[in-house]
Amino acid sequence: MGSGSMADARSPLAHLDGATVIERDGVRLAENPDAGKVNLRGDAGDAVWLAAIQAAVEIDLPQAPNTSTETPPLSALWLAPDEWMLVCADGSEGDVVASLEGAVAEFHASVVDVTDARTVFRLSGAGARNLLAKGCALDLHPRAFGLGDVAQTMLAKAAVILHQTTDDADEAGPVFDIYVPRSFADYLWSWLTDAIG
Amino acid sequence: MLLIPCPWCGERDVHEFHCGGEAHITRPAGADTIDDAAWADYLFMRQNPKGLYYERWNHAHGCRKWFHVVRDTVSDQILAVYQMDEAPPDIPGRSS
Amino acid sequence: MRRQRFRLPDGGRVDRAAEVAFSFNGRRYFGHKGDTLASALLANGVHLVGRSFKYHRPRGIFGSGSEEPNALVQLGAGPRTDPNMRATTVELFEGLRATSQNCWPSLRFDLRGINDRFSALLPAGFYYKTFMRPARLWMFYEKHIRKAAGLGRAPDGCDPDRYEQTHAHCDVLVIGAGPAGLAAAQAAGAAGARVILADEQAELGGSLLSEPGRHIQVGDGTPADWLGATLAGLAGMDEVTLLPRTTAFGYYADNFVGLLERVGDHLPGDDGMLRQRLWKVRAKQVILATGAIERSLVFAENDRPGIMLAGAARTYVNRYGVAPGSRTVVFTNNDSAYAAALDMAAAGVGVEAVVDLRNQVEGDWPRLAREAGIPVMQGHTITGTRGRHRVSAVSVMRLNDAGDGVAGDVRQLKCDSVAMSGGWSPAVHLFSQARGALTFDEQEGTFRPGEAMQAVRSVGACDDAARLADCLSAGVEAGRSAALDVGCDGAQIAAPAVGEPALGPMQPAWRAPSDRKGVRMFVDFQNDVTAKDLDLAVREGYHSIEHVKRYTTTGMGTDQGKTGNVNALAIVAQQLGAEIPAVGVTTFRAPYTPVTFGAITGSHVRGLFDPVRRTPMHDWHVEQGAKFEDVGQWKRAWYYPRGEETMRQAVDREVKAARDGVGILDYSTLGKIDIRGPDAAEFLNRVYTNGWKKLGVGRCRYGVMLRDDGMVMDDGVTTRLGENHFLMTTTTGNAASVLSWLEEWLQTEWPDLKVYCTSVTEQYATVSICGPKARDLLAGLAPDMTLDPQNFRHMSMQEGTVAGIAARVLRVSFTGEVGFEINVPSRYGRALWDALIAEGELHGITPYGTEAMHVLRAEKGFFIAGQESDGTVTPLDLGMDWIVNWTKGDFIGRRSLSRSDTVRDDRKQLVGLFTSDPETVLDEGTQIVATVKDKPPMDMIGHVTSSYYSPNLGRSIAMAMIQGGRGRKGETLYAPMPDKVIEVTVTDPIFFDPDGQRLNG
Repeated sequence: MGSGSMADARSPLAHLDGATVIERDGVRLAENPDAGKVNLRGDAGDAVWLAAIQAAVEIDLPQAPNTSTETPPLSALWLAPDEWMLVCADGSEGDVVASLEGAVAEFHASVVDVTDARTVFRLSGAGARNLLAKGCALDLHPRAFGLGDVAQTMLAKAAVILHQTTDDADEAGPVFDIYVPRSFADYLWSWLTDAIG
Repeated sequence: MLLIPCPWCGERDVHEFHCGGEAHITRPAGADTIDDAAWADYLFMRQNPKGLYYERWNHAHGCRKWFHVVRDTVSDQILAVYQMDEAPPDIPGRSS
Repeated sequence: MRRQRFRLPDGGRVDRAAEVAFSFNGRRYFGHKGDTLASALLANGVHLVGRSFKYHRPRGIFGSGSEEPNALVQLGAGPRTDPNMRATTVELFEGLRATSQNCWPSLRFDLRGINDRFSALLPAGFYYKTFMRPARLWMFYEKHIRKAAGLGRAPDGCDPDRYEQTHAHCDVLVIGAGPAGLAAAQAAGAAGARVILADEQAELGGSLLSEPGRHIQVGDGTPADWLGATLAGLAGMDEVTLLPRTTAFGYYADNFVGLLERVGDHLPGDDGMLRQRLWKVRAKQVILATGAIERSLVFAENDRPGIMLAGAARTYVNRYGVAPGSRTVVFTNNDSAYAAALDMAAAGVGVEAVVDLRNQVEGDWPRLAREAGIPVMQGHTITGTRGRHRVSAVSVMRLNDAGDGVAGDVRQLKCDSVAMSGGWSPAVHLFSQARGALTFDEQEGTFRPGEAMQAVRSVGACDDAARLADCLSAGVEAGRSAALDVGCDGAQIAAPAVGEPALGPMQPAWRAPSDRKGVRMFVDFQNDVTAKDLDLAVREGYHSIEHVKRYTTTGMGTDQGKTGNVNALAIVAQQLGAEIPAVGVTTFRAPYTPVTFGAITGSHVRGLFDPVRRTPMHDWHVEQGAKFEDVGQWKRAWYYPRGEETMRQAVDREVKAARDGVGILDYSTLGKIDIRGPDAAEFLNRVYTNGWKKLGVGRCRYGVMLRDDGMVMDDGVTTRLGENHFLMTTTTGNAASVLSWLEEWLQTEWPDLKVYCTSVTEQYATVSICGPKARDLLAGLAPDMTLDPQNFRHMSMQEGTVAGIAARVLRVSFTGEVGFEINVPSRYGRALWDALIAEGELHGITPYGTEAMHVLRAEKGFFIAGQESDGTVTPLDLGMDWIVNWTKGDFIGRRSLSRSDTVRDDRKQLVGLFTSDPETVLDEGTQIVATVKDKPPMDMIGHVTSSYYSPNLGRSIAMAMIQGGRGRKGETLYAPMPDKVIEVTVTDPIFFDPDGQRLNG
């Protein structure tokens, strides 16, 4: 079931009437609802399967827990030893699903479009780590969590996927993509807005 | 607040986990032939030891994987972590 | 600048240029920036600050920090007020308002001081002995006792301040920024470790802040020089976080430590100000440098205002430039009080004498005192004190040769203050909370840290070190080794050389003798526990310290007995003729000092108290004025009142519309799980009670899931999307738990099964339409779909386009009407909904909420997991034998359905109930009986699980679980209510369209 449509797509923060960018005290928070997301499961121990995935979408799946790989415009986030989330350009998820399904047809694997299941909050700036620390129990010090690192964890009372996509040394400071379950988007946005102060 | 060492994700806060209780409970095969008492034993009876306890834990808010933990119920120290298909390890100097 | 009578002409760390006005009990005073409320009151000669809890005796400022038992005040007013604030830790700010607690009508004249006159009638355990019989009268007494007792008032409105929480991680957490803690932080920081240094005081420095340095040299300079240089060094380290005004209140498992930072408590404050921050610190290593707490001496009439700890007197003189009085007597059993005597004398306070319980007083400190002309009365004790609102004199006598009594003449020493020291107790609270063992130090009469259970070190005075040199070297050593333990091996620093007088031995003295029998000697000042009370408790048979504590309430005040617990322990040990360690030590529990509810709650208040989950169509429901119902964390539209409609009217209308026309329901909260793999059908066969292998592609099937004990867990419709591909739905509340249940069986019991499960609950918005006009409605929006009943049969699925949106449509029904469940990607949920509403206008479409949904399903007798079933109900109890396939092989719960307990024929079974009056709607949860008695207890044979008014039947209906219910059809039963008995008749639970003809309409 693709999502090509004439109808209006609606972000889970649509009720905020576009007030979905906040910049304050060295922190920038913005919603990026449309990135394509595909959940992929399969046997990481099967080199043939991994090669088939590589051939289909030209990305090596990360093998180390809680890391990511990137082959623009595609990135792959480790979620479990047999599970990944592929993130792709807005609207390309259908193609990615089709490519992957073709590649895994002969294997025991699972390809599921989860684009609409989560929205993405992009948090950046020098104060981003301290802001996250208000609701996240992980050690987010650059020594412990850096470029490309991924974590599934709790932020306030929402289960999120956290992914650092640029280095701390970059001009804008570190950038974190926070994948938020769609139904929690308003809650977590409110929480972040409050925490920014 | 305990830290639970997920074999995949490393040490995480206990809040991210679900404790699945005693490990290595074998679900009887051939359920039709087993008597009520033996079935009840499988369903309901659990040890509640003071000392080493072999438990199942699930990293519910992380990688969702189940694994085994050996925990000392007196000190709450976690002495070993091992995968679902592994046999319980011996803990040196301790008897279960 | 206004005069502060007891402010010394110079010295101290307060900002003398900054005058601060404040009020106490309505009177205006002035202090300086840098003062505490206590130091400012003392500067104005105010010692009397409160009344004791039980006897309402006048009490004064006793300490200078968080150990304070007496000086509890009510701070602020209205919604911004706090009771039980220790004046010794309250920083002074402009406009601060404080009042005394526990006194009426006024502090100086407290009518309940009458309790003091009758104190002989109020012994330990008085309340237990007097008011517990007869038990029913306790309710009466309690109200009056509480009124007489209360400490402070709660705020009378919503807290106007903000609180926040934060997580923090570090290699080394150092608690306490006295000399040992500073040295530890410096050493760990230099080695490259990530360090957090927290201290409860406004300024870092601990005891160094009260150290004038006349007799002590650090390196080439004074202690203050070293403090300044060290703080500057720490501030320059990137990975060192300094947290003043931050109390480590709790030490939990795996080096998880709670810190309370008072961000705004020292400021006048505006509404919405950040008041406090709770830090949840996870430290790889912890260094405790929490110092020591001075013990009081237990002597006759030791509780008068003006009598304080010697260390506190020294702090007021040196740190705040305040004289605790003009004539003082020092009373001690150790050398440390001599430093206080010397400092007071140097500041111009007349020191009448140092009364020392020891016979041998030969160390460096007493020598310095004698050289300064201070009289030292060794082998003496104070046998009594005078003064109503302030001490005015003490009686001193010589100890007898045995040391257990007094001899010779009484000497009266006139004074307006007494500085006492009973020795120092290491602050082992956090170490003990960390489950570390304590050992008793016979020499010092103290408990000190023993074997640690976590990665924690104790340094300095909390490890019984008394000399500055030992504190600094132990701090450096601990900081270094903690850093090395976490792999940081950078620069190494050395502890500075220290020149300081030697300390002579102290002599434990647990009860100073007096010549007056029965005179009161207070052990716990806040709770008015005397040595006599402890004696009595022991005589009455309380031999465990935990029991003595609860019986006498010693150590149970808001100060948790910081200055008195060891004394109490020693007195009990003496009475029992036992060693102190044998009597044990009471448990140290968090919090070290009180923590506000605001800090514990943090930002999780009001709208952020708990997540509110919103469906993609949530805004529409809001716009239409829907009433919402909480289902787990979801907000679901409950009903949509029109105009002045009551809930009943709205629900009746919605229920009728769904049967007569077309109703529309937001069903997006349904749990949805994508299941694929070659063993998917086999897997479903094992987790559901019915068979799944023969389900055709594109067909749907209803399934019930059991736990392995045979009890119903969840239900829902699952669709076969492909040979190896299914889409399962679950109830709203169980979406997450069912997914983890499936994963658990796949990972732990059946790892051989090739199946992957992925949650798609949030991926799809689901709209359910039902009723006789539902097909027409859908046809108008899905011209490319085949909707005729022959080709789109009940319990089948079709993919296509609805309102231009790619959709998966299931023909299923939870109402008994023709129904369609339309699933689209969540982003199009609102667009689909809007299109259906617009198109539905000509069909009279009616949105209905969860209440109407419940009525509709109840009319059909469909059970709801979690409502009819409650974890004790099998599918057979629900009358759903048809859903259990006994021939397909094993499934979860199968064996349990034939256990002796599950086959009993008197189990509660699902039935319907009709009230004899069709307008009476039973309360859900109502208990049902077969025989009514005059009063309870009656034999309850079941309970009502669902109950509604059914507009389609024109009467009330109820579902109930009744013992042997299926055999009782037609029987009359009763629902006894407080005011009446309701008669009911047992019926079949399917009330409407029992043959299911409407589904095929």
